[in-house]
Amino acid sequence: MNQTPILQADGLVRSYTLNRGVFSKGQTVNAVNGVSLTLNRGETLGLVGESGCGKSTTGRLLLGLEPLDRGSVRFASELMPDIKDPKWKTLRTRMQMVFQDPLSALDRRWPIGAQIGEPLDIHRIGTKAERLERVQALLADVGLRPDQANCHPHELSGGQRQRAVLARALASDPELLVCDEPVSALDVSIQAQVVNLFAELQQKRQLAMVFISHDLRVVRRISHRIAVMYLGEIVEEGLPDEVLHSPLHPYTQALVSAVPHTGRKQKRVVLQGDPPNPASRPSGCTFHPRCPVARPMCAEIVPALRAASASRKVSCHLIDAPEQKEVA
Amino acid sequence: MTDIPAMPSTMPGARKETRRSPAVPLSIKLAFGWLVLMLLIGVFASYLSIYDFKALDLKARLVPPLGFGGDTRHLLGTDELGRDVLARLLFSIQMSLLIAFGATVIGAVLGTTLGFLSAHYRGWVEQIVLACVDFQASMPFLILALAVLAFFGNSLPLFVALLGLHGWERYARITRALTLSANSQGYIAAVRQLGANPWRIYFRHVLPNIASTLIVTMTIAFPEVILLESGLSFLGLGVQPPLTSLGNMVGYGRDYLTRAPWILVAPAVVISISTLSISLIGDWFRDRLDRTP
Amino acid sequence: MMVRFVSIRMARGIVTLLLMVTFAFVVLRVSGDPVRSMLSPETPAEAIAAFRKSWGLDQPIWIQYIRYLQAILHGDLGQSVRDGRAAVVVVAERIPVTLQLTVPALMLNIAIGIPAGLMAALRKNSLTDRILMTSAIAGFTIPPFVLGLVLVLLFSVELSWLPSGGSGTVAQMILPVITLGIGGAAVLARFTRNAMLGVLGEAYVRTGSAKGVPWRRVVINHAFPNAAIPILTIIGFMIGNLIAGTVLVESVFSWPGLGSLLVASVLSRDLAVVQCILLFVAGAMVLSNVLVDLLYGLLDPRLRSGADK
Ligand SMILES: Nc1ncnc2c1ncn2[C@@H]1O[C@H](COP(=O)(O)OP(=O)(O)OP(=O)(O)O)[C@@H](O)[C@H]1O
Ligand SMILES: [Mg+2]
Repeated sequence: MNQTPILQADGLVRSYTLNRGVFSKGQTVNAVNGVSLTLNRGETLGLVGESGCGKSTTGRLLLGLEPLDRGSVRFASELMPDIKDPKWKTLRTRMQMVFQDPLSALDRRWPIGAQIGEPLDIHRIGTKAERLERVQALLADVGLRPDQANCHPHELSGGQRQRAVLARALASDPELLVCDEPVSALDVSIQAQVVNLFAELQQKRQLAMVFISHDLRVVRRISHRIAVMYLGEIVEEGLPDEVLHSPLHPYTQALVSAVPHTGRKQKRVVLQGDPPNPASRPSGCTFHPRCPVARPMCAEIVPALRAASASRKVSCHLIDAPEQKEVA
Repeated sequence: MTDIPAMPSTMPGARKETRRSPAVPLSIKLAFGWLVLMLLIGVFASYLSIYDFKALDLKARLVPPLGFGGDTRHLLGTDELGRDVLARLLFSIQMSLLIAFGATVIGAVLGTTLGFLSAHYRGWVEQIVLACVDFQASMPFLILALAVLAFFGNSLPLFVALLGLHGWERYARITRALTLSANSQGYIAAVRQLGANPWRIYFRHVLPNIASTLIVTMTIAFPEVILLESGLSFLGLGVQPPLTSLGNMVGYGRDYLTRAPWILVAPAVVISISTLSISLIGDWFRDRLDRTP
Repeated sequence: MMVRFVSIRMARGIVTLLLMVTFAFVVLRVSGDPVRSMLSPETPAEAIAAFRKSWGLDQPIWIQYIRYLQAILHGDLGQSVRDGRAAVVVVAERIPVTLQLTVPALMLNIAIGIPAGLMAALRKNSLTDRILMTSAIAGFTIPPFVLGLVLVLLFSVELSWLPSGGSGTVAQMILPVITLGIGGAAVLARFTRNAMLGVLGEAYVRTGSAKGVPWRRVVINHAFPNAAIPILTIIGFMIGNLIAGTVLVESVFSWPGLGSLLVASVLSRDLAVVQCILLFVAGAMVLSNVLVDLLYGLLDPRLRSGADK
């Protein structure tokens, strides 16, 4: 893969101000704090991390759905245009998002078929007949019956709705798909089917995909590479087997050990301290207050995301220290 | 301003539920019948009367209605200028309905648009709209309307436009709240990231989703507009002669309260029964919506 | 907490007043040249120029606006065209006359509305309930001017028990007060019933009755205080209706209060007086809203405990 990457994000920063009334100044929440990542054509990157660590925000930033505070996103080597730029609108045909809750992502007053064809209407792709034909093809691709085009969202099951959302995302034949926890709202019994569908379509269409999830098994099933996020930063990145079988970062270790039956017998690493609050970020390594192996330096020096091997990156001061390897 | 009005259930599942609910009470049937009658009169008023509502007949002034000393020539009697009360009543119904329809639609369109604008732009646009909403909601509209009439004088288009300002704040408030919740719900975000322009988002997606709530609001506003119109016309500040409306008839009839109460009784009864019918139906409707899960 | 709550409400009230003033200013300027609406058409040109200068009408519009605000802050609201006195004085002398109607009417609202609503709630779905609620619907859908005329027709024309208009005696007050009071009482009765039923359905009242406390006690000690907050809010809203109703009722009964003054001033386009009444009504609304908020704060235990902290 020595082509240019389809997506290149550099030092993304996004903070929100939570307004507390007219008179108080409000708090700043750094939802995403310096995320850099690269995605090649036809590659799936799994993005994991606990709730509130900024995965969804990262996903929206990658698609240019929200303004950046700092950093840059390049899509096919071109800088992401501003949301008011007409170029932004045309780019929508090339990148799409799949949402967590398919019922709320669909307009419940529109039939499914019309919603799947809506990107074609918006971007005036094809004639009316061609659009209808394309909708039928998309329905077949995602495993829905042709007659379900006339159903309204509430007449479908959760899995079928997510299939419809996927079909809509694929309508304009995009090159990049950002999937924000696309199966976590679904019943466990059908999650596997839907994940398989995503994997299959990704393969068939050579999509570049960012797959956000907090379920490590799902991510492992579908990703070519995994990035672990903590408090708005990527703390570890690498191939799925590497990251999940021999996690380097203490936070990844805790995440992995929290999943039952990951194959290896392993002592469960229980995180101490409170869950992170993005409004008050700890100094130094943001993970140090909860880290079981933290050193004094961790509270002061911010670790950089460095290459640990050819395919692997990690941001931890202790990674080269020998005792760290024992812990792992 | 964070109150989100109770949204009637719009799920088709709920629709099935209402179909099975108990029989329609007699009072509701009567109310419906009355309103249908009024609508028919509103549409066909000019064909229903043998007299022109403006035609004077000075020889037949203040003729009482049939059964009170009058005869079949003037079923509801005549007024101080010998004009047929029935003809005037029919025309008044038409006029009052037209004004109320026009004003309700103006209010709904204006309020919904402002609601969309405030939810779309947020920031100072929203603050200004909200301040106006607060202002409008805290002032009795009749007083504001009187003031505008004092400043601008009176003409029928102005009068309708003025009544259209009544109740806009409710549509604005509801539209804004529902649009914001739709925004956070996801289907709006989803459509927006497809590249849809605001027009498509608000008119093809949000509007159909909130239409049922807006229509319920319109049915609440409609009788209020009728009352407002009749009140202002009663004061002599609404519909001006030679045109006439229900409130107008009551207002002029009051000078003959002792000598010819029929001039005033007929329109007063029509106003009261109409607003009563709409309220009964509105109540019944809301009850049914509440009952459905 | 309480201080913050009240100060926010006060700020809102001031914004409403400012908007009212701005509304009057804008409407006044949009509706035509103020000179022409204030002076007679025969006024000589020099006089008009002098008038413009003295009123600052030759200045840019925003300076006019600021001057206008200053004038209002000084209580200078112009002169009545009809009787040449200061508009404030003309309006002020009508205020007590109108209060003679509105205060008893509000008391009538409460005295009829709340007990009727409570009774209907206690005997939900009984015949009493249905009779009360049907008459309530009838009560607030009949426009006040129709009701007033019906009462006149009955008690003045047919029975000759009570005078049909004028002011000064108690007998003359009875019909207008009843006319004005019934609509509000009907609204309040319906609202009280619904608020009570809402509260009665809630869990803590049920636990109260499970402990064997008599039903009446549950209603009076638990349910009513909880329903009082929404009822208070609706009374705040009703004051607006009361003011609007006053205009119509005063007209029906030729009661020489603010409402009659407003109608007469609108008909004769006495703009200074109209504007003064507008400001007075806005002030009254803001004041009653602040009062309702304060009472609300006293009744709502959450706000009260917030104030203690
Ligand atoms: N629009 C917003 N306004 C204010 N704060 C926001 C907004 N969006 C996200 N945040 C905050 O930013 C942080 C990261 O949010 P984000 O939704 O990206 O997390 P996440 O990793 O996707 O979490 P989850 O797994 O729960 O979806 C959170 O603390 C959240 O409260
Ligand atoms: Mg998320």
